[in-house]
Amino acid sequence: MTIIEFLLLDVILLCLLIVTSVTIFVLHNLLAATMVLSLYSLVMSLVWLNLDAADVALTEAAVGAGIATVLLIGALVVVGAEERKHPLIHWPALVLIALTTAALVYGTFDLPPFGAASAPAQAHVAPEYISQSVPKLHSGDYGSAKNAEDQPTSDNFHGHVPNLVTSVIVNYCAYDTLFEVAVIFAAGVSLVLLLGRRVAGNGGEP
Amino acid sequence: MRDQVILRVVSKITAPFILVFGFYVIAHGELGPGGGFQGGVVLASAFILYGLVFGLAELDAIVPRRVTDGLAGAGVLLYVVVGLVGIVSGYRFLDYTPLRVTGSESAESWGMTLVEYGVGITVASVMITVYREVSQAGAAEK
Repeated sequence: MTIIEFLLLDVILLCLLIVTSVTIFVLHNLLAATMVLSLYSLVMSLVWLNLDAADVALTEAAVGAGIATVLLIGALVVVGAEERKHPLIHWPALVLIALTTAALVYGTFDLPPFGAASAPAQAHVAPEYISQSVPKLHSGDYGSAKNAEDQPTSDNFHGHVPNLVTSVIVNYCAYDTLFEVAVIFAAGVSLVLLLGRRVAGNGGEP
Repeated sequence: MRDQVILRVVSKITAPFILVFGFYVIAHGELGPGGGFQGGVVLASAFILYGLVFGLAELDAIVPRRVTDGLAGAGVLLYVVVGLVGIVSGYRFLDYTPLRVTGSESAESWGMTLVEYGVGITVASVMITVYREVSQAGAAEK
C-alpha cells in the first residue's frame, strides 16, 4: 500500500467519523444514537488498524462497538429511548465548547507534523524498546543467551515475546497493568455494592 | 426475546465459537494482537449474548453470581501470586524469570500467560457483573 492510498483511506475514514459524530448529535432517538455510536467505534477501530495499531483496534471493536453498546441499551431500558425536549442552542454550553475547541486547536500547533520521525513518540524511549525486542524476534529465540551478539546491553523487559505491545504491557508496565486490573475489580465490586443484592420488597435496602 | 427461534438457535450455535475466540485472544496475546483485556471482553460477550436472548434467570443458572464475584477476585489474585512467585524465588516483584520454561522457545510463556489469564478472568467476570446489574436495574424499573 503506497502512502497516498494509506492517506486516502485515512481521510475517508476520518470523514466518516465526522459524519457519524454529527449524526449522533443530531439524532433525538437515543436508541438510534446508540447504534450510530457503535458504528463510530467500528470506524474508529478501522482507523487504528490503518495506523497499524492492531491491539488498539481489537480493543476498540470489542469494548467500544460491543460491550459499550450493550450497556448503553441496558441504560436506555431505564431512561427511555426518546431524548427530553430542550432548546436547540444552549448558549453557555456553546461558549464553553467553543473555548475548549479553540484551546485544543491551539494545542495542536505545538504537535510535531503527522508521521514525523523526530516526534517524541518516535525518538524518546521507543527506539530503546524496539532495539531490545526486535533482534530477538528475528532470531526466533526469546530469552536464551545463545546469540549474545544480538542481545542489547540493557534489558528493561527481563524477557521478550513476539508481540511488542504485550511485552511492554505485561513486562515493562507490569505494575500499571496490575493496578488497572485492580481498578476494574474495584469497579465491579462498587457496582455490586451500589446496585446489586436488592432484596425484593424492602424498598431497595440491601 | 426467548420466543425468537432464529435468535435462540443462532446464539446457541455462536456462543461456543465466541468463547473459543476469547480464549484464543487471551492465549495468543504474546504472538499477535490481543491479550487478557480484549479476550476477557470477548469471553464476557458470549455470556451477555446468552443473557440478552434467554434472560437473566437463565444466565444466573449458567454462571451464578457467586461464581462471577469469586472469579473477579481470583483473577487479581492470580496476577499478584505470579508477582509473589518472583519475590519468593529471590527476584523482584513481577519478575517472570523463575517462571521461564527451560528449553522452550518462548521464555516468558508461564509468567505472561498466567498474568494474561488473570486479567482476562477479572475483566470477563466484571463485564458480566456490569451487564447483570444494569439489566437488572432496567427490569426493576419496568
